[in-house]
Amino acid sequence: MKITQLSLFLENKPGQLLRICRLLAEAQLNLITLCLADTQQFGILRLILRDWQKAKEILEAHGLVATTTEVVAIEVDDRPGGMARILEILAQHQINIEYLYAFTFKRGDKAVVVFRFDRPDDAIAALQQSGQNVLGPVELYGETS
Amino acid sequence: MSPTTESWSDGDSPVHPFSAVDFLPRPQLQAMQLYRLQNIVRWTYERVVLFRQRMQERGLTPDDIRDLRDIERLPFSNKADLHATYPFGLFACSMEEIVRLHASSGTKSKPIVVAYTQKDLELWASVMARTFLLCGIRRGDIIQNAYGYGLFTGGLGFHSGAEALGATVIPMSTGNSDRQIMIMKDFGCTAVCCTPTYFLHLIERARDIGVDLRKHPIRVGMFGAEPWTEAMRERIQEEAGIKAHDCYGLSEIIGPGVAAECPFQQGLHIFEDHFYPEIVDPETGEVLPDGEEGELVLTTLTKQAMPMIRYRTRDITRLISERCACGRTIRRIARIRHRSDDMLIIRGINVFPSQIEEALLTVEGTLPHYQIVLTREDNLDQMEVRVEVTAEVFGDTVGAMEQLRQCLVHQIESTIGIRVRVRLVEPQSLQRSEGKAKRVLDLRNQDSTKTT
Repeated sequence: MKITQLSLFLENKPGQLLRICRLLAEAQLNLITLCLADTQQFGILRLILRDWQKAKEILEAHGLVATTTEVVAIEVDDRPGGMARILEILAQHQINIEYLYAFTFKRGDKAVVVFRFDRPDDAIAALQQSGQNVLGPVELYGETS
Repeated sequence: MSPTTESWSDGDSPVHPFSAVDFLPRPQLQAMQLYRLQNIVRWTYERVVLFRQRMQERGLTPDDIRDLRDIERLPFSNKADLHATYPFGLFACSMEEIVRLHASSGTKSKPIVVAYTQKDLELWASVMARTFLLCGIRRGDIIQNAYGYGLFTGGLGFHSGAEALGATVIPMSTGNSDRQIMIMKDFGCTAVCCTPTYFLHLIERARDIGVDLRKHPIRVGMFGAEPWTEAMRERIQEEAGIKAHDCYGLSEIIGPGVAAECPFQQGLHIFEDHFYPEIVDPETGEVLPDGEEGELVLTTLTKQAMPMIRYRTRDITRLISERCACGRTIRRIARIRHRSDDMLIIRGINVFPSQIEEALLTVEGTLPHYQIVLTREDNLDQMEVRVEVTAEVFGDTVGAMEQLRQCLVHQIESTIGIRVRVRLVEPQSLQRSEGKAKRVLDLRNQDSTKTT
């Protein structure tokens, strides 16, 4: 149920993100979501897309460092208290969040939050036992295409 | 003839004819050196104005060379002489006799031009063939030559030696890493010649595209044209499963083919029947005894087109006169750690780029793709070390990258004694020329920006 995320190292200077998006655009690769973590000197770009293998190949061929990370995508109710409910479950199970980012679908009353956990398998088990919907690749890519 | 463990398949002798001189008894070698020194001093005196003037200023004539030690009475020459006489002022032959010109790849200043007669090219091929033999390369080996072909002496120097030896040479030149790896794999290359940093890059690239060089026939690497450390050698040997030999040379003397390591890797055998070595105090010019560290000074004993007498290389090393386990009688020079003009003075502290390289290599997974940038802020020298991030060290969280950066800062501080800035940069973003890494960018004196 884990999703493969691509992570890239970027120097903090103008045009860097554009360069990557252009490469993906030229290959007709559609992004499902992305997130940029930045520091003064550098950034880490995280991408989720269906054809991540092809994207990785293209980016590496252009000299970029792209690594893969397993993340967990969780459906969250798009209403007050939706996120708090998820966090309660994780806190109960002593699961640490390394980072997260959220995006919403065009339709429906759900948002999707992407998490990187220190113990992803335990997190998935805990959330599912509590009745939360953890999205697999098929659902995630299907909903957004 | 000294005993040797090398087995030779081309004939009955255990030593290849090219390498016979490597094993001459010392007195015989010294007699040869004296005879050649007397000839080259006369040759140069008669044909090169600058050298004759300097001899005359000292009241010397070629007849004053009666003993090898008399070389110490001769004037030094240096890179400035080559600049001052640009382009052809130190040539001892006319263009009628010169068949080849090479030049350095300087970007800012005028290049250094060097010349060869037909005999010089033969000499060059012979010392390069001896270099290959030192590294255990034989007829039947397939050599991938990834030094730049062109004005740079690296490409054609290695090329001619491989051909003279009768090995198979693939003239790849630099660049196009994926193609290099494909050829290395598909042709079953057994040896590679290039700069050590370029080979490290090839190892990385090979891994990225799923090629493990340890599983291929390649067994020898001949690396030179830039200083590199023992730590880097270990990394290369381990990650590519090859024996990495240090090869030394400089265009002013001949190009590659001045000295190289045998498989014992305890210093580089110098072809002193053609290139006479001395070690001098870099400050005073006083000649130092074998074993003491100082600046390497070389005299070409046989080169016709552009003989160099007592050329100051600025490379810091020492001469090793003890007999090597391989049986060769020619002396060795210790691995060159740095050049006398490589030393950086940062806030009054002496720093060599090789120390930065050593510090970086102590951190797991880092590769020595780095550049030192010097600036002056509020009259205080600032040193920033830029390090390329590789897939091996790239962690997906900001915390992991910050930790890596801190770790590099700490390692450098504990090696050189001062705290410097470390900036993580994208792979392949640091400048390289001819496959040589540009190690230092000194922006402290913006008027005369100097890069090495």
